[in-house]
Amino acid sequence: MYRYDEFDAAFVRERTEQFRYQVERRLKGELNEDQFKPFRLMNGLYLQLHAYMLRVAVPYGTLSAPQLKMLAHIARKYDKGYGHITTRQNIQYNWPKLKDVPDILADLATVEMHAIQTSGNCIRNVTADHFAGAAADEIEDPRPVAEIVRQWSSLHPEFAFLPRKFKVAVSGAAHDRAALKFHDLAIEIVKNDEGRIGYRILVGGGMGRTPYIGYAVGDFVEKPDLLAFLEAVLRVYNENGRRDNIYKARIKVLAQSLGQTEMRERVVREFIEIKRAGTLQVPQEERARIEAYFAPPAFEALNDAPLPTEGALGQWVASNVHKHRAPGYAIATLSLKPIGGVPGDISHEQLDGVAQLMDDFGYAEIRTSHEQNLVLPHVKQSDLPAVFARLKALGLATPNAGLITDIICCPGLDYCDLANARSIPIAQKIAERFADLERQHAIGELKIKMSGCINACGHHHTGHIGILGVDKKGVEFYQLQLGGSATEDAAIGEIMGPGFGENEIVYAVERVVDLYVKLRQPGERFLDTYRRLGMEPFKNIAYQEQLHAAH
Amino acid sequence: MPLIKDGVLAEDLYTAVDDDAPLPEGPVIVSLKRLRAERDSLLGRNQKLGVKLTSAESPESIGSDLERLSLVVLEFPKFRDGRPFSWARILRSRLKFDGEVRASGDFLYDQIAFLQRVGCDAFALPPSVTPALFARALAEMTNVYQPAADGVKTIRQLRSEP
Amino acid sequence: MAQKLTANRLIDGTVLYWRAGEWTESFAEGEVLASEDAAKAALAAAQDFVARNLVVGTYLFELKGEAPLKEREIIRAFGPSVRPDLGKQAVR
Ligand code: SF4
Repeated sequence: MYRYDEFDAAFVRERTEQFRYQVERRLKGELNEDQFKPFRLMNGLYLQLHAYMLRVAVPYGTLSAPQLKMLAHIARKYDKGYGHITTRQNIQYNWPKLKDVPDILADLATVEMHAIQTSGNCIRNVTADHFAGAAADEIEDPRPVAEIVRQWSSLHPEFAFLPRKFKVAVSGAAHDRAALKFHDLAIEIVKNDEGRIGYRILVGGGMGRTPYIGYAVGDFVEKPDLLAFLEAVLRVYNENGRRDNIYKARIKVLAQSLGQTEMRERVVREFIEIKRAGTLQVPQEERARIEAYFAPPAFEALNDAPLPTEGALGQWVASNVHKHRAPGYAIATLSLKPIGGVPGDISHEQLDGVAQLMDDFGYAEIRTSHEQNLVLPHVKQSDLPAVFARLKALGLATPNAGLITDIICCPGLDYCDLANARSIPIAQKIAERFADLERQHAIGELKIKMSGCINACGHHHTGHIGILGVDKKGVEFYQLQLGGSATEDAAIGEIMGPGFGENEIVYAVERVVDLYVKLRQPGERFLDTYRRLGMEPFKNIAYQEQLHAAH
Repeated sequence: MPLIKDGVLAEDLYTAVDDDAPLPEGPVIVSLKRLRAERDSLLGRNQKLGVKLTSAESPESIGSDLERLSLVVLEFPKFRDGRPFSWARILRSRLKFDGEVRASGDFLYDQIAFLQRVGCDAFALPPSVTPALFARALAEMTNVYQPAADGVKTIRQLRSEP
Repeated sequence: MAQKLTANRLIDGTVLYWRAGEWTESFAEGEVLASEDAAKAALAAAQDFVARNLVVGTYLFELKGEAPLKEREIIRAFGPSVRPDLGKQAVR
């Protein structure tokens, strides 16, 4: 993985000291909250429902064992013993004290981590495919590109005060695991007819109040031109994005109002000029320097062996172990979705335990996923039983990756200042209802995603089943959406109708799922059956029986 | 309102003039609207002339008159409105404007280093920024990752030096 | 409708409740502001603490009986509903 050189290290250190000075001024009363807030946000510090919340960047979701240990240490020393993995692959702490935050950032800097640009109207932490460097279907590891973008976007002087936040994702695989089409900007690594590798650039995707699927503004951007092209997109956005209405300020609204043709023309005009200036070109040596950090471990010459199918281990393998590009290796998902737990939460003991496991098995890195799980990218197939046993002891071996209880869920009203409704308890109830493993495996791939308000941090628009919490006259209600998808077959879920009450939503989900199981044809996922049959039958069953039950 | 020019406190030689006010002697700053309306007389005064752009006005809209201006003022109505960062960059990099580019209005301490990077060489300091703080703001971060209008060597360039 | 006044302490973010010109960490000890005038007066008085950079984010919220009317304020007053071991509910 990437290691800081002296320049990167000094950059983060100086930024930390800058924040320390600002916190001092704030506590001495030299700054008021209006003056301080934009700066604390640029450094990842929010004020939430109960306390401050610090969001730590995990660039493209890659972490080392020493970094996990530091995250555990911070949870213990400055917080309440746990952290929360977000849908943007970051980790956030829910209870830090303002006076401690400079020390937290200084501790993070010792393991090459920071909280720069995890909030604010700037280019946010760059995310990537969590199977990067391991997936069998990958053209090229997306992380060197993500690292180049991370550096370019760090304290970019022109783009630190955009109309609204700006999220970038990168993927280099045929199967989209990074939700590319729902990002402000996405970089898809592609190969052209001549066999050369370059980038397809999408813009204008997003969720929130008005969800849109992104479109291409560049079909094949050459490698050295990447940053010039991104700078062109950002400039068009900074100049033209709406600033009169916070709900219309994301680039998706500009992309819709300009249309694809006009957007392309404007971007290309800027791009040609920036490219001509030449200073943003990424030379081959710099790309090679960064790529070298991401070289895969030396895989042993092994053969694929039949994987365990029996018992608890077999169940875990069936859902949580994925195909690796190297024979004899596998990718393993560590579920942060124990039945009845808080989706995405991880305790300091677990963080330390995973770090120890990594040391014991010689794993250099682990990933956070936007699905709020952890991923070990390079596990020898022969080690799977031993790894499983260790994970089981840590409570990280729930065999549900990709299944109905692997629910993406935002913090909701239990933590979030913007929430309209609680989301975690609903996710817990659904998980408990479907806890039976055989039933989960029989249902197959089904992604439930849930948000506590229209901001859609829980990606409900892209859930096969999406759930949105709303507030109706002080009572929490839950809207169902069906048919969303965040992958290459991107789709925005269709809203079923009026919301369900807190006690009714679990039954409604269950009726929808049971109907799918009844009506599916062989090999169909929930999403396929929904696409074949449409909303009608699901809607009928969800509401009819509700009326029936009420009488 | 203290003015910093090229890093030091400086006297403001210009008078900012409202659209309907009579022109005083000496260098003035007018709006783009007034420049357009009274173009010939303003350019014919044989005095230094500055134009103040609102955050919604691109310097490209000044057109070829830009080369006759000695000052462009970029106004921040609110610190959140980050368009002036792009306008400064365009003034310097695209339009090759080499007169004074002055940041004015509601900008924050944390924005000063960014403003300098994109090409501002003058700052009408808001009340929250003292000259001492201004100096500190520019000294906080040593190196930068991306090229801008200030010509500072980027970290990538530094890396490739022997 | 009766209200209470809340804010966060600047230095550590702790949720606070107004109590006769001072702040308390306990919702139960917070002063019930029975009339709109009393609520407005408390909010105005609290601005002194904002100006002195001791608290941030002052606002009033409604009560229903002794409890907050809205779920949001119940959760703020006691802690995350999914973690009874955390927040103010854990202290008592
Ligand atoms: S979706 Fe809404 S409630 Fe959930 S974390 Fe985002 S802002 Fe908060």
